[in-house]
Amino acid sequence: MATRSGAAGKRGGGEAQKLSVIGTARPKVDAHAKCTGQTLFADDLVLPRMLWAKLLRSPHPHARILRIDTAKARALPGVHAVITGKDLPITFGILPVSQDEEALCSGIVRFIGDPVAGIAAVDEDTATAAMDLIDVEYEPLRAIRSVEDAAENPEPQIHGYADSGNFHKLVHLEFGDLDAGFGKADLVREDLCFYEGNTHLPMEQHAAVAHASPDGKLTLWSSTQTPHYVHRALSKVLGMAPSRIRVIATPNGGGFGGKSDPFNHEMVVAKLSLVTGRPVKICLTREEVFYCHRGRHQALMKIRTGFTKDGAITAMDFESYLDGGAYGSYGVASTYYTGALQTVTYDVPVYRFRGARAFTNKPPCGPKRGHGTPQPRFAVEIQLDKAAEQLGIDPAEIRLRHLVQANTITANYLKIGSMGLGPCIEKVVEGSKWKDRFRKLPYGRGLGLACSSYITGAGLPIYWNDMPHSGVQLKCDRGGGVTVFCGSTDIGQGSDSVLAYIVAEVLGIEPVDIRVVTADTDLTPVDLGSYSSRVTLMTGQAAIQAAERVRGTITGPVAAKLDVPVDRIVFGAGRVFDANDPEKGMSFAEAVVTAESKVGTIGSVGSYTPPRSPGRYRGAGVGPSAAYSYSACVAEVEVDPETGIVRVPTIWIGHDIGQCINPALVMGQVEGSVYMGLGEALMEEMAYRENRNVVHKWPSLLEYKSPTTHEMCDVITYLIEEPDANGPFGGKEAGQGPLLPVMPAVANAIYDAVGVRIDEVPMSPPKVLKAMQAKAAGKEPRFGPKSVPRVPWPEVVYVPTPAEGGDGKAKAR
Amino acid sequence: MNSSVPISLSPPARKVEGHFLVNGEPHALFFAEHKTLLEVLREDMNLTGTKHGCELGECGTCAVLIDGEPQLSCLVLAQACQQRPIQTVEGMADGPVLHPLQEAFVEVGAAQCGYCTPGILLTAQALLAEKPDPSRQDIKDALAGNLCRCTGYIKIYEAIELAAARMRGESAEPTRESLYGY
Amino acid sequence: MLRLPVFSAAFPETIEGALDLKAKHGASASYVAGGTDLYPNMKRRQQTPRFVIDLRGIPELGAIAVTPEGQLRIGAGVTLTRLIRHPVVQERWPVLAQAAASISTPILQNMGTVGGNLLLDTRCNYYDQNYEWRKAISFCMKKDGEICWVAPSSPRCWAVQSSDLAPVMVALGAMVGLRGADGERIIPASALYHDDGIQFHTKAADEILTWVEVPPLTNARAHYAKLRRRGSFDFPVLGVAAWARFAAGGMVEDARIVLGAVGSYPKLSEEAASAVRGGLLSEDRIDAAARAAGRPAKPLDNTDFTIGWRKDMVPVFVRRALASLA
Repeated sequence: MATRSGAAGKRGGGEAQKLSVIGTARPKVDAHAKCTGQTLFADDLVLPRMLWAKLLRSPHPHARILRIDTAKARALPGVHAVITGKDLPITFGILPVSQDEEALCSGIVRFIGDPVAGIAAVDEDTATAAMDLIDVEYEPLRAIRSVEDAAENPEPQIHGYADSGNFHKLVHLEFGDLDAGFGKADLVREDLCFYEGNTHLPMEQHAAVAHASPDGKLTLWSSTQTPHYVHRALSKVLGMAPSRIRVIATPNGGGFGGKSDPFNHEMVVAKLSLVTGRPVKICLTREEVFYCHRGRHQALMKIRTGFTKDGAITAMDFESYLDGGAYGSYGVASTYYTGALQTVTYDVPVYRFRGARAFTNKPPCGPKRGHGTPQPRFAVEIQLDKAAEQLGIDPAEIRLRHLVQANTITANYLKIGSMGLGPCIEKVVEGSKWKDRFRKLPYGRGLGLACSSYITGAGLPIYWNDMPHSGVQLKCDRGGGVTVFCGSTDIGQGSDSVLAYIVAEVLGIEPVDIRVVTADTDLTPVDLGSYSSRVTLMTGQAAIQAAERVRGTITGPVAAKLDVPVDRIVFGAGRVFDANDPEKGMSFAEAVVTAESKVGTIGSVGSYTPPRSPGRYRGAGVGPSAAYSYSACVAEVEVDPETGIVRVPTIWIGHDIGQCINPALVMGQVEGSVYMGLGEALMEEMAYRENRNVVHKWPSLLEYKSPTTHEMCDVITYLIEEPDANGPFGGKEAGQGPLLPVMPAVANAIYDAVGVRIDEVPMSPPKVLKAMQAKAAGKEPRFGPKSVPRVPWPEVVYVPTPAEGGDGKAKAR
Repeated sequence: MNSSVPISLSPPARKVEGHFLVNGEPHALFFAEHKTLLEVLREDMNLTGTKHGCELGECGTCAVLIDGEPQLSCLVLAQACQQRPIQTVEGMADGPVLHPLQEAFVEVGAAQCGYCTPGILLTAQALLAEKPDPSRQDIKDALAGNLCRCTGYIKIYEAIELAAARMRGESAEPTRESLYGY
Repeated sequence: MLRLPVFSAAFPETIEGALDLKAKHGASASYVAGGTDLYPNMKRRQQTPRFVIDLRGIPELGAIAVTPEGQLRIGAGVTLTRLIRHPVVQERWPVLAQAAASISTPILQNMGTVGGNLLLDTRCNYYDQNYEWRKAISFCMKKDGEICWVAPSSPRCWAVQSSDLAPVMVALGAMVGLRGADGERIIPASALYHDDGIQFHTKAADEILTWVEVPPLTNARAHYAKLRRRGSFDFPVLGVAAWARFAAGGMVEDARIVLGAVGSYPKLSEEAASAVRGGLLSEDRIDAAARAAGRPAKPLDNTDFTIGWRKDMVPVFVRRALASLA
């Protein structure tokens, strides 16, 4: 049957979509290659005459480079080139407002690991030996070690462009009348919590190969999630026209946001290739991957919320204090994200957000799965658990009573479309036997509930422009094969496959007859990249448009040939035929030939731009999305009261996906998100030794703890499908949302098990034991922060809410 | 300059002759004597199916089979495994016919980014050779030395159980819950 | 990629051949068996031998058998997997299988050896790091530097004993055989270790650890409790090896409680042993032993977890280890 894009189903009964590919579990298009070792990751690439590169990095957290002498390194047999900061003076950075990175530091180094020289040699051993022959003289500067340190020491300024001293970004947004909101409350709670920084830890280390060809053009293969942004950055840094540069994103061996920035090593291998005239490869060591970082900001948070005795929120006042590390990265967006999505799950009529991101002399923080939203979600969900207890309301019930309604606009101007959190909560409550077991399990065992939401693609691009966020081209071959071109990057989430499934659905053919070509800035139309869970929705909608256009092009000539009215032509089961007389038709290949004979070469273009959000205030660009996914989670934990060791045997998770494109892939994303959330909840920490030169405590896979098969819980997944009008076939995201509720669910479960509040992530055994010892001693049964630093908050940006008749713009108060 | 200079420099690496048996095929090579099996497989034999995540034995990504036994190729000297049968992921399929483990991994989506997959496939193959009917706990124990950051391991267990059943001659399909949820 | 430095290797087939090679190359040569400790250290430039003597081709080192006297003699080259799976070990010395199974991961157990684990390099958060990282803190006393970063005013290194088999062998009263240029030496396992993070064992540089011999567990039970963050990969942050011999009626004739990962050597807690010796293994006596073991424990910041918590865990795990003998 002909299919429709966009809203194709109704909630709760009504006509469901009749789909033949979408919604069915099937293998990915790249599964066979991955399971036979044939997939070529960046470090698998070998080019003739290829040289190997290494980066020399700073051993100081903050220092001025006085002198750098590379003569001995250059003289080492087998070394072809050594470059330093003066060879790449133009700065770059992912955000236009923080172009603060140098490919190689020329003046100041800002964290241990900041690169200062690049070497290209005949093999990696020679390049490594050359590292020791580069003589660098540093003048150490005072290092800023933490947010508190930044607050107390506006000098020395790590970057001159900061909002204030060493505070990179300061945000102060207010929506509605806060005092009036709190005035309506029967209960006001103020809680502090702390969320340690953590990192993506993809199994594949970053790697890139650059090839400057004699015709003046450059190709870069790189394990990156964002080839388009790398393309722009390379052009800027190398001073080369983008038309002469080709960036190909190789399949990522895991990204999770850690490969979304343009990186020093990409710039350096490109330059080394230009300088030597030979291909140059670099593959980072695992320790260097920790220094690339761009992971979850450490966040100290204060949340003050007013509740009616019925559990409704009357006002919320949220503060976040972020340790941003040494460079901007996505940090401005991260800061706004820590204040954006508090309002999309439960009604928050009045809201204030203050956020501060400090520069510190540590590896830069950026986007990790959830990007700035897991930390505040943790704060909201554990506070709600405490408030529910005080008010005598069940935690599931308090949420169900006050869910944000579908198709409404929040106080901070986020437009909610479909909203399936209610059914998600009901499923996990039922599956975990919540009503029989919550507050009823034996001491040491407990259940905890938490919910969350995530965007399905950021509403705005990283750089301001009026162009689509995603483009797809289709080519149809006379033999019936179809090629889909799109700039998206498959980082393991299956984005290549999604394109194939969607085009197959619209054209009525099999995915195996489709070739997907992606992530190549010379061959594929721009897609902004694999971040913010944008790819299924945005490339999917672009693919639907392109496929429908091709279908339209083919329909006319086929209808004429069959002598059937155009509106009766149907594409399905590899054929194009008369809906009233299915025997009357032809194969898809014949249909292409028919059309090509009539109108010429067959192809099409599709594109997608998400709808503009109604917010018009400064900062309104972070938070809006075409659709929001929702997740509800119940965690069952066992706490050993003698040791504080927490085990999580089972997690039930309900995820509001809208419409599964491929349920098997959705299951994989949900299970993988739960895994990563569990790791954060129990053991992952990007920690530094402030009194030992601010070195990273453990930049290794052994000491940075990620759960093994022994720690991973069982996962019972419920997929709720209520199609969203903005999603492709109604689909929403799955790659990030299901991570968010895990951490607070575990914290709430620990309280149910042993009666202590761990207001920190990770909930490690020493913290749990300390809280239990405090409880036994009659003190507050809690482990968590007690204060926040003093920050020079800027003038408030005051925005009247929609309910107050606001227009989305800030107003003087 | 510190006296503990990394000694990659002096003298240059000596090359030695070696004879390897990889995936049933002989390879005669001339390679740097200090290279690990991981490096020789990838760089001297162009068998890039074996991956690396840390090169220190802390992740299991580089696992290969030597005499049928999983070992970490990043910590094995290439010189030390001459003439011992080595199997990499490239040797799992029988010509064009995939190993049942590979088929099962494809079917249930047990490979997301695919980077840990070769090491896990081989470790699973060795497990099934020893325990054709492993319990879920047996599988978890056998894979305790293989890290995966994408899947949370669950589809991997399900794929191994599916393959094991088929290798025992049973006709088995993935459960509905595995692919569609509960 | 992280790579090994340049070096040569030899694969002798006899102990004499290995000893000759060591004599020839002197300090620039290291013995290696599984390589799971030496090769990561070489990649991080903690050890940089120019010559490596691989002992795995020596058949004598791979033997495991029960002697006529009923002792279990384990060649130092026996892999951990072989030890774990050996039916006689599982039946008559289950604590060895249990302890070995807790080491690293199943894949590393296929490679690592008993001797290698007994001689495992001591570990520390400041030492087990890559070359550039250590350079950023001016190295440390154990390698290339002067200061012990976990105890900066201390004149000695505090790197921690991280072997799981070491405390077990000491608790079981095992003997070890060493062969050097001057012939064979046999010493108790406890004498193999020395309280220093750098000179952590008493084996001479030229000597090869050739075997370890474990007495039968006649009328005795033993248990090893390991504390670490995860169920695999991780080294112990605390290991408790408990052994007790019982008279008829259940009275503890003798006991040994040995703590691993709390110091630079496996620490025999005589205070804990006396608390259970000469009586039934009751809850009260176990409790007293646990508290006695915990009192002197002073973990330093050289492993995972906080030192306060690690100290709190000593009595808990001593209690659990002893309780499983009851």
